[in-house]
Amino acid sequence: MSDDIIICRCEDIKLSEIRDCIEQGDRTTEEIKRNCRCGMGPCQGRTCMPLVAQELAKATGKTVGELELPTFRQPVAAIKMSALAGGGEDD
Amino acid sequence: MTKSADVVVIGGGIVGCSTAYNLARLGAGKVILVERGYLASGSTGRCGAGMRMQWGTETNCLLSRESTRMLERLPELLDVDIDIELKQGGYLLLAYTDKMAAQFKKNLVLQKALDIPARWVTPAEAKEIVPHLNTDGLIGATFCSKDGHCNPFKTTAAYAKAARRLGVEIQTHTEVIGIDTDCCQIRTVKTTQGDIHTPQVVVAAGGYTKNIGRMVGTEIPIHPERHEILVTEPVEPMQESMVMSFHHNLYCQQSPHGSFIMGIGHPDLPESFDIRSSWQFLQEMATRLVEILPPLAGLNVVRQWAGLYDMSPDRQPILGQAGDVEGFHIAAGFSGHGFMIGPVTGQIVAEQLLGLPTALPVGMLDAGRFQRGDLFIEPSVV
Repeated sequence: MSDDIIICRCEDIKLSEIRDCIEQGDRTTEEIKRNCRCGMGPCQGRTCMPLVAQELAKATGKTVGELELPTFRQPVAAIKMSALAGGGEDD
Repeated sequence: MTKSADVVVIGGGIVGCSTAYNLARLGAGKVILVERGYLASGSTGRCGAGMRMQWGTETNCLLSRESTRMLERLPELLDVDIDIELKQGGYLLLAYTDKMAAQFKKNLVLQKALDIPARWVTPAEAKEIVPHLNTDGLIGATFCSKDGHCNPFKTTAAYAKAARRLGVEIQTHTEVIGIDTDCCQIRTVKTTQGDIHTPQVVVAAGGYTKNIGRMVGTEIPIHPERHEILVTEPVEPMQESMVMSFHHNLYCQQSPHGSFIMGIGHPDLPESFDIRSSWQFLQEMATRLVEILPPLAGLNVVRQWAGLYDMSPDRQPILGQAGDVEGFHIAAGFSGHGFMIGPVTGQIVAEQLLGLPTALPVGMLDAGRFQRGDLFIEPSVV
């Protein structure tokens, strides 16, 4: 697999950047997320995190199932500030 | 496995990493830093990533001014090739009441005397700085063009890298589970990865500092308080400056990456280690924000998170030896402004521990001030 392949489509993070993070000592998906922004975009890691976990599994000899995924954070889907500011009174 | 060290630093955030680096630089001998999670996994990595020099006390002005000067050339200072994403777009502090305006103008006199380039701006001038600012009810604002943003992960990583180069051993995923003392002297720090014999400990554990204090029978008056933040999708640069309003109790900046980062403060938060996110925050934050920065209503919120402020009784850090146990030093209680003063604070804590003259006078931030009743009151906090 080419190092130039895009892993995180939202933040334009390449495979080589994920490998750099691992090489510099990152051992959890959360560290990689925070250090290179992978998974911080609008889709919140839905596409990239399984790929990151695979890379990390390869590097650490663990199985993907043994690795923890980053915390899933609200909101579940992107929501406009105007919708939030509208409040819940009229719902 | 048992190890030995001259100093053990507990906590791998900005303060712990800066302290460890400075200890090694100043010849403290073998320094081991232990961190429960990974570097910047606590308060540092959860902060709003802002730095400002606009404070209301000489001590905070000096701590932030010196730290800003260090951050301006940090990669060079530490000789590391890490971009800390410094952006000096300024902080605009909004005044909505006469009392607030009077306080800000008083602060400006102090800041001017300390070479901090802040100035008073009218509502019209504020609108030139942030064109989409709603100036209804605004009396004026203060603006300092050298305030701004740094990436907390990168800044911490820069200190950690420089510290490692000087021989500091950094153990992440290592939790302190006890501290043995002998005749009022620190002997051993017990961790999940083994014991470390040491005569000196620096606790830079943020909201968890009280728990560490109890391991040596010292009650440290620092409690954890949850603060929440949200971040939007990245958009083209449209807001150069951080907007901060003590009246609305909020701050909002656009990061160099393009996303907007914002948070609000609450007057009566309970003491808690809870760092879960709440839906109430999204609604309150959005409601208050679109009032003063209306066009941001069109932005999508992509994520929210929370972190702990390490609150002290006067909302100022505790620096130095604490309690009766010899070798037990505290660098915590930053109450929401630790990241921005972390660089110079780490240096001062190292100097204090080694008995060297400190770069800035910080004697008033000692652990004994609460018993003496000498609280250190800073008027300009969110």
